[in-house]
Amino acid sequence: MIPELGHFALILALLMALVLAVFPMVGSLNNTPGWVAVARPAAFGQFTFLLIAFACLVNAFLVNDFSVTYVAQHGNTKLPNIYKVSAVWGAHEGSLLLWAFILGGWTLAVALFARSLPDEMLGRVLSVMGMVSIGFLSFMLFTSNPFARTFPVPTEGRDLNPLLQDFGLAIHPPMLYMGYVGLSVAFSFAIAALIGGKLDTSWARWSRPWTTVAWVFLTIGITLGSWWAYYELGWGGWWFWDPVENASFMPWLVATALIHSLAVTEKRGAFKRWTVLLALLAFSLSLLGTFLVRSGVLTSVHSFAADPARGLYILVFLCIVIGGSLALYAWRAPDVSSGGSFNVLSRETLLLGNNLLLVVITAFILLGTLAPLIYDALGWGKISVGFPWFNTMFIIFTPFLVLLMGLGPLTRWKHHDAADLLRQFRIALLVSICAGVLAALPVFKEGSAYAGLAVMLSVWLVTTLFLSLRRRLSYRRGVAAILKDFSARGSGSYYGMLLAHFGVAVFTIGVTFVTLYDIEKDIRMAPGEEVELAGYTFRFDGVESVPGPNYQADRGTIRVFRQDREITTLTPEKRTYLVQTKPMTEAGIDAGFTRDIYVSLGEALGGGSWSLRLYYKPFVRWIWLGGILIALGGILAAFDKRYRLAVNRKVMASPATPKDKLATQGQT
Amino acid sequence: MSRQLRYLLPLAAFLLLAGLLYRGLSLDPKLVPSPLIGKSMPAFTLPRLQDPDATLSDSDLLGEVFVLNIWATWCIACRAEHDVLLELARSGAVDIYGLNYKDQRDSAKSWLQQLGNPYVANAFDADGRTGIDWGVYGAPETFVIDRQGIIRHKHIGPLTMEVLNEEILPLLAALKAET
Amino acid sequence: MTPKRRNRIILIVLMIAGVGIATGFALKAFNENLMFFYQPSQVIAGEAPAGRLIRVGGLVTTGSVQRQPDGLTVQFALTDNIETIRIQYTGILPDLFREGQGIIARGRLGDDRIFIAEEVLAKHDENYMPPEVADALKAAHEKGVSETGAAGTTP
Repeated sequence: MIPELGHFALILALLMALVLAVFPMVGSLNNTPGWVAVARPAAFGQFTFLLIAFACLVNAFLVNDFSVTYVAQHGNTKLPNIYKVSAVWGAHEGSLLLWAFILGGWTLAVALFARSLPDEMLGRVLSVMGMVSIGFLSFMLFTSNPFARTFPVPTEGRDLNPLLQDFGLAIHPPMLYMGYVGLSVAFSFAIAALIGGKLDTSWARWSRPWTTVAWVFLTIGITLGSWWAYYELGWGGWWFWDPVENASFMPWLVATALIHSLAVTEKRGAFKRWTVLLALLAFSLSLLGTFLVRSGVLTSVHSFAADPARGLYILVFLCIVIGGSLALYAWRAPDVSSGGSFNVLSRETLLLGNNLLLVVITAFILLGTLAPLIYDALGWGKISVGFPWFNTMFIIFTPFLVLLMGLGPLTRWKHHDAADLLRQFRIALLVSICAGVLAALPVFKEGSAYAGLAVMLSVWLVTTLFLSLRRRLSYRRGVAAILKDFSARGSGSYYGMLLAHFGVAVFTIGVTFVTLYDIEKDIRMAPGEEVELAGYTFRFDGVESVPGPNYQADRGTIRVFRQDREITTLTPEKRTYLVQTKPMTEAGIDAGFTRDIYVSLGEALGGGSWSLRLYYKPFVRWIWLGGILIALGGILAAFDKRYRLAVNRKVMASPATPKDKLATQGQT
Repeated sequence: MSRQLRYLLPLAAFLLLAGLLYRGLSLDPKLVPSPLIGKSMPAFTLPRLQDPDATLSDSDLLGEVFVLNIWATWCIACRAEHDVLLELARSGAVDIYGLNYKDQRDSAKSWLQQLGNPYVANAFDADGRTGIDWGVYGAPETFVIDRQGIIRHKHIGPLTMEVLNEEILPLLAALKAET
Repeated sequence: MTPKRRNRIILIVLMIAGVGIATGFALKAFNENLMFFYQPSQVIAGEAPAGRLIRVGGLVTTGSVQRQPDGLTVQFALTDNIETIRIQYTGILPDLFREGQGIIARGRLGDDRIFIAEEVLAKHDENYMPPEVADALKAAHEKGVSETGAAGTTP
């Protein structure tokens, strides 16, 4: 009965989405306020029904209702409750439901919190979101119904894929989807603005916090995914340039460009056409990612079970949404007035440069991701693009990106005198080059030009950020001055920027050092045997069998010493999940600020010996620390008091006040 | 380039991409074309499902057009295609043999008892080695073999009435017409 | 030419030059990192270049896995049901590596026609499934394969 209720709620949600898509849009076009007013209640209704549907599926998992095919395929009575809930989005149908549910949530959030928006604009925004929702809900109902029943009813479920029975992966998809779907808000704002022909600073001001929040979720989602891959796959890798990973990274890059471009549009009224195009692209890439993951056109380590019929459906949907929006863009963009003029040397130029770099990187990742498909389609053979290529590209582009990142915050809008700029940068340039050269010297470990480059870039970022802060505080000193400034209106975005850019510096160090200096050893060890790696002594104390709730584990014991002092005892496991009888590696990790020690079990080689994988991974935590800092920066920026005041006071959108501008520019 | 045209570029790029993706849908990156089509069926000798003491081998099957269906009780899609197999058996168009793949004898027997038995006989391939010889990637798969023992067609995935009517039955008719 | 216009042109030229150079580098690297995929029968037929990084894929022949005394070097046969090649790999095989299972190996073809793998990928089973079955079979197939697999590799 309850699954039918869920199915029915989905149908009602689809009807609500139809209402939401049609009435406010038509009403806004022929000036019928009554129709526009439908938007809010419809958004509320749609969310309610999706909530019911979602709750029904969660319930089906919790009560082990195996008459539901999806539950029978991915649930199990022995599955711990937390994974019963996360099993809801563990495969295609349920993850679509999660996607639709989150979209409903974002729609409701816009309806509730975007009160400063004129009704007409709000109606259009919600209507566009309704249209996207129609696509997903009908896709689910017609091709991938999570509530479909199976008969005869199996007595036991097939269990969730063991790879997914992990806390990191339980919360990774919701975060990622919050990001993907959140970009639909920026998309809808862009479409609504294009329809209304009013691409102005207030449009940028409205969509900025939404875009930033979505971007924060995307950042967290990607960081979580990387962390999960690191400890769960047992190879110690943290990024594989897999199509699915690329599918999440491309929207992130474009969304990063978008939040910067929105800043220019809000403050200077420039780049309007470019910004709106980025808003369309960011969400388009999220949708493209969905297509790639679910249609089976590309192979990937963690793609969903694919289905060409579904692929065709998504492709048609893509053509309508992306094709339609780009056609609208081609039609309306030429009429958009170009904004404030600026000089070659100005913050606008630097941001444009950064934008361009981000888009170029995205284009290359897209090329690398689709290359196998292109070659196959043209009959040039079956190929794959090795991950070294993606890495090379990053090495080519990142220095420029970071260079501009350092310059940007110190450069004035509109025009900045080259000599003055150079004077300001002298110290940063000097310090970073010295640090870089020092790091490249063979004093510490073997010297490496790459390590020098990374250190130089990070120091460059940090010193320029410091210079920028110093100037912003007008040379007032002390923590009190910072705190006072921090709590001022409009400073959230500045400090957010500071934190996020600092995160990039941390990330750069982490990536470079772990890539250059990690040490790996595959070795066969008998109980009692010892081995040295990177100054640590690993002693293998054998493997014992340990039962888990729904698996049986072989648990190894490895004690790690440094100069006879015991550092830690690691217990990597090799689990065999009972239902899917699939082996899973659980790595034993001793996490540290400057290094991780990582051990995973290979195979039993007889006589109690095992093959083991030992890793020493310097600074690997800095990768995710950087990700967290970037996300925190985004949170600070998104909750800048400026936006909150605008909401609370129901101030009709007005360009930033002069005082505001002063504060956020941090100069003049 | 005219100013107006410039804004059409993103759309043009997308349409190109969409075309590529459409083409991609009809390609399958994982498809390993079955190298067995047009070749003689691999030899095997396996115990029968219903009677462990008797065997079923490729030579028993030679001489008539027949269908070999790879199935197992653990296979959800096999349940889905079972009615189609029953339908095919009822039509009398062809003899259906089964290869019970990596299964347990008891559950396989009770499956046939409960759902009906479309097979003339079943070979019991407990460790799946014969399946590997036949290039089986997963159950269900269905092969059509002609009088000379040449594999003429392989269908991967559950049979549906559509597949039956559009692919299998016309092929069977053609094969039977061959001398 | 007004200063504003000149500025704009400088800007555009700078950007095009920068992007162009970077694109050149990236595409050059792209060609070097392209790995072609071959089946065992293509390798036997001499279509695969020796010494270049390529990928081969197929099924691991049952009963062919041999471990060298060091315990880490493994040789096995890979087949596409037409031809069979030998693969050598040193290191820890992935969890899902089993006899009878589909794998992809990345590496180079040696002079003695033994393929020296740098990496062996045993992907999720569903990736070796045609899409239309994969969904329905996902759960079931893994069970079937792993049951025999477990029996095949136990020492």
